Amino acid sequence: MPEAAVFQGLSWNPLTDLHQLFAYPFMVNALEAGTIVAVMAGVTGWFMVLRRQTFAGHTLSVIAFPGAAAASLAGLPLAVGYFGFCGLGALALAGIAGTRRSLSAESAAIGSLQALALALGFLFVSLYHGVLNGLDSLLFGTFLGITTQQVIVLLAVALAAVSLVAIAARPLFFASVDADVARAGGVPVSALGFGFLLVLGLSVAETSQITGALLVFALLVTPAATAHQLTARPGLGIALSVALALAVTWLGLALAYFSIYPVGFYVTSLAFGLYVLVRLGRALGRQRRATARLALEAA
Amino acid sequence: MSTVATSLKPKGGIGKEAAVTFDGAAVRLGGRMIWSDVSVSVAEADFVAVLGPNGAGKSTLVKAILGLLPLAAGTASVLGQAPGDLKGQIGYLPQRHGFEAGTRIRGVDVVQLGLDGARWGIPLPGSPSRKRDAARVDEVIELVGAAAYARQPIGELSGGEQQRLLIAQALVRRPNLLLLDEPLDSLDLPNQAAVAALVRRICEDERVAVLLVAHDINPIIGYLDRVIYLAGGGAIEGSPEEVITSETLSRLYRAPIEVLHASDGRLVVVGQPEAPFVHGDRHA
Repeated sequence: MPEAAVFQGLSWNPLTDLHQLFAYPFMVNALEAGTIVAVMAGVTGWFMVLRRQTFAGHTLSVIAFPGAAAASLAGLPLAVGYFGFCGLGALALAGIAGTRRSLSAESAAIGSLQALALALGFLFVSLYHGVLNGLDSLLFGTFLGITTQQVIVLLAVALAAVSLVAIAARPLFFASVDADVARAGGVPVSALGFGFLLVLGLSVAETSQITGALLVFALLVTPAATAHQLTARPGLGIALSVALALAVTWLGLALAYFSIYPVGFYVTSLAFGLYVLVRLGRALGRQRRATARLALEAA
Repeated sequence: MSTVATSLKPKGGIGKEAAVTFDGAAVRLGGRMIWSDVSVSVAEADFVAVLGPNGAGKSTLVKAILGLLPLAAGTASVLGQAPGDLKGQIGYLPQRHGFEAGTRIRGVDVVQLGLDGARWGIPLPGSPSRKRDAARVDEVIELVGAAAYARQPIGELSGGEQQRLLIAQALVRRPNLLLLDEPLDSLDLPNQAAVAALVRRICEDERVAVLLVAHDINPIIGYLDRVIYLAGGGAIEGSPEEVITSETLSRLYRAPIEVLHASDGRLVVVGQPEAPFVHGDRHA
């Protein structure tokens, strides 16, 4: 009986604290939503980092902000705005990539799109005459008030997207690593690139609903980048990326629950801390190996 | 001037079938005739170098064999079929600039992609097909002598090591024809010779016909069976001794060309124009 549970703050008794975490339905919904989003972000993020499309991913997350603002202005569910705008944004990005201009022209075009998206978001918020008190949560995330229906929508979209990535995993991996050889081997490289941007748009739309538009990268990039640092094996890398995204989401939600600070801050800081630790560890390891080699040569 | 593009000597000993045959072939790209009236053939298990100046259409020839570019004239047969009909039987290594240093993908995974990179879905771990694939990948890595570093991230390997792994990737499906576009480009001289020796060995042991696009014939001349020399909008084919002569190349370029024999045995081609040729007179 959730009503029977009384919030008492952190008791430092792990069992009691765990029990408290699951005592309120809103928190159960938040944990479920966070789990779904972390799995999806871990998988798509790993491919996004491999394909060096983090700038496109960032642009999609900025596009999520006017989407959510427009939805609240129109009195629609936020999810409609997130999915609608991120889907359109992915189409626009695919169009930019499809023109096959130089990389610098492409990133300039993507950057312009990003500025426009932010400006639109600001406009929608202004049109709302300042009563959009959810502005902070649109930008920086919240775990309060996630409904069971929202969780079901998140789950359905995530299942569809992750299945698509699983079916296309090897051709997508091939096209990402070595587009020319993949094309010669009969892999539909352009269609895969287009499809991946759409899946990325869906991922960003999902992640925005937990971390807010500006902190999407905490789940989409940082765990994936950390996984790429830790292992060069593709299967293990994807699994690690998901595991890290799950760990920072669960920990972040728990910390936010027991403290007065927002969830986006915790998730982002945890992910960033892990990334820095791994980079430092690898740098130290390289240095030690180099010293060992020098010592061996000297001997 | 269409006599330029003829084979000096009909090739194909007893029992040797043609892997590639072009007859009076031409390719037009963006309104420009790259080459025309090209009649060349590559016999099975032969090691053939494609030479010529920049812009002569060496990569174009490779792409025409792959069926990625249509012929504007003439006919082509690749392993007995029309170009583009048999992707699985041709190993291809495109012209490239190597993997970036930050590419955190193991060499063995890059080789594996040559085997299953075009397959949809995910195989179950531990399934028989997966074990068979892994065994074949290990075998081909052993063949190119890359076993020592195949499990390191490919971005951290040297150009020669990356090239060996890419050749392994192109070989992993046991192709009958291997197309290597400038595989020696970014390698130092000892590595160029080592990779050429490896290709020679693969040719003989695996019975693969190899077409290797190269800039300089010197590091590879000792390993070659034949040479296809593209220049002046045409092509000429023969043994290296037949083709790399002042007389033959002057005929191909329609300009005075000198082939000098340096004291160290190197061949130096002097007087070749590097800019793309004007073709108007050929078809006037």
